[in-house]
Amino acid sequence: MKAVISVTGCDAVGIIAKISAVCAECSVNIVDISQTVLQKYFSMIMLVEIDSINVPFADFVDRMSDLGKANQLEIHTMHEDIFNAMHRI
Amino acid sequence: MIKNHDIFETINMIREECLDIRTITMGISLFDCQSDDEKRLCTKIYDKIMYHARNLVQTGADIEKEYGIPIINKRVSVTPVALMCGGVSRDGALNIAHTLDRAAGELGINFIGGYSALVQKGFTNGSRTLISAIPEALATTSRLCSSVNVASTKAGINMDAVAQMGEVICETAGLTRENSAIGCAKLVVFANVPEDNPFMAGAFHGIGEPETVINVGVSGPGVVASAIRRAGSCNLTEIAETIKRTAFKITRVGQLVAKLASERLNVPFGIVDLSLAPTPAVGDSVAYILESIGLEKCGCPGTTAALAMLNDAVKKGGVMASSHVGGLSGAFIPVSEDAGMIDAARCGALSLEKLEAMTAVCSVGLDMIAIPEDTPAAVISGIIADEIAIGVVNTKTTAVRLIPAGKAGDMICFGGLLGEAPVIPVSGYSPEVMIRRGGRIPAPLQSLKN
Repeated sequence: MKAVISVTGCDAVGIIAKISAVCAECSVNIVDISQTVLQKYFSMIMLVEIDSINVPFADFVDRMSDLGKANQLEIHTMHEDIFNAMHRI
Repeated sequence: MIKNHDIFETINMIREECLDIRTITMGISLFDCQSDDEKRLCTKIYDKIMYHARNLVQTGADIEKEYGIPIINKRVSVTPVALMCGGVSRDGALNIAHTLDRAAGELGINFIGGYSALVQKGFTNGSRTLISAIPEALATTSRLCSSVNVASTKAGINMDAVAQMGEVICETAGLTRENSAIGCAKLVVFANVPEDNPFMAGAFHGIGEPETVINVGVSGPGVVASAIRRAGSCNLTEIAETIKRTAFKITRVGQLVAKLASERLNVPFGIVDLSLAPTPAVGDSVAYILESIGLEKCGCPGTTAALAMLNDAVKKGGVMASSHVGGLSGAFIPVSEDAGMIDAARCGALSLEKLEAMTAVCSVGLDMIAIPEDTPAAVISGIIADEIAIGVVNTKTTAVRLIPAGKAGDMICFGGLLGEAPVIPVSGYSPEVMIRRGGRIPAPLQSLKN
């Protein structure tokens, strides 16, 4: 199973490092990262594998959301099936 | 790999355009709760609801968190209670109302539906008992919803029931007068009522339904309005295509949530109701969709045509996205629950007569409309009869949820998702003589399809 982590906000040093650290702690494997910086605006989409996750997925969602709030970023973590359902027939 | 554009589109729909799942509604049959003893009947009803729906709220919250899609309401609908009232006294019917309300409170759901009677062809003892208890039941509970089906295309219109429901609405308004006549916001009079509708106040668990079932109602007027605005200056064929594409995406999310809830609760999946259900929040309005198509104000000439196109395109887009579609499925136009409708009614662009015309081409009926509190019962019955006739002749569901409160021009506030509504004036001429005739308006020719 996979999840999508989307991150938007002002660019700063260490955003990916902080997010990756939480993923590693929770045993969430990063599969793909796509990132753009437009002027000072940062946006990133990370595809992660959650098969071996060592905390309840809902807790992982909360940790990412809290990390976003602490760093003035919008971080949403959502199961990939919602995107598959909406955009693939 | 999903495209980044698609991911941001989904997130934007949820965060900025109010996309949500409006309700996961669990239907529960009460047939095996029958008992000669009224006390035992209530105990069995309470125990059955608490057992089957014990994980409903938590499951909804889990899906919401994991998939990032808000699920606004978790609700329960039960077998029409009139069917349980055959040998029950009026006090017994009131005890059932309080039992349902208590179960809803303890489950943490905001509404429980099914305090209902089906009387399109006539009354049983049970339906008479239940209907007589409706005003007090709604005045002494907070989560109970009630509905009465007074007509169908097959049976015609039970005008005795129409006359009685005018009285019941007046009495319910009187008993809940100090609270903006809120009891009437939880009471719907139907024609051709669907038996698998997940939306309140008209939800109940129909007699042909399985023991338990999960029905899901989607929403998303804000998403449709934004898509139309982005479409720019295109023609109406292209607008209809835009609505279809958007409705497809919205419904796919509903189908996903319905499937997940059904699996996790181990309850069969029933239907997805393809509805555009507005809320009072700015940006979550069906009226704004109509205005984004090009109406100066909802209710102006052209509104019925725009709504007909919207309703049709929502169904066409949604039907392919779900394996089972049912319920009301279409655009809702509840005045108090829609910021754009409130504006239009307040400035006089939207009248009761225009709303009636609009209901001929959309999913429900005269919904959440405040009328003057001194409106006579016979006039309310006349309004019901007109609306019900539209449903019967057009082989579609129509419904009436009127709230007699205040004077024309007042604003009546119900709070929460029920919103607020300006009191709309009603014709001063009376249909009393016709209503007093009673009887049954015969089924129209459309009923003879065999």
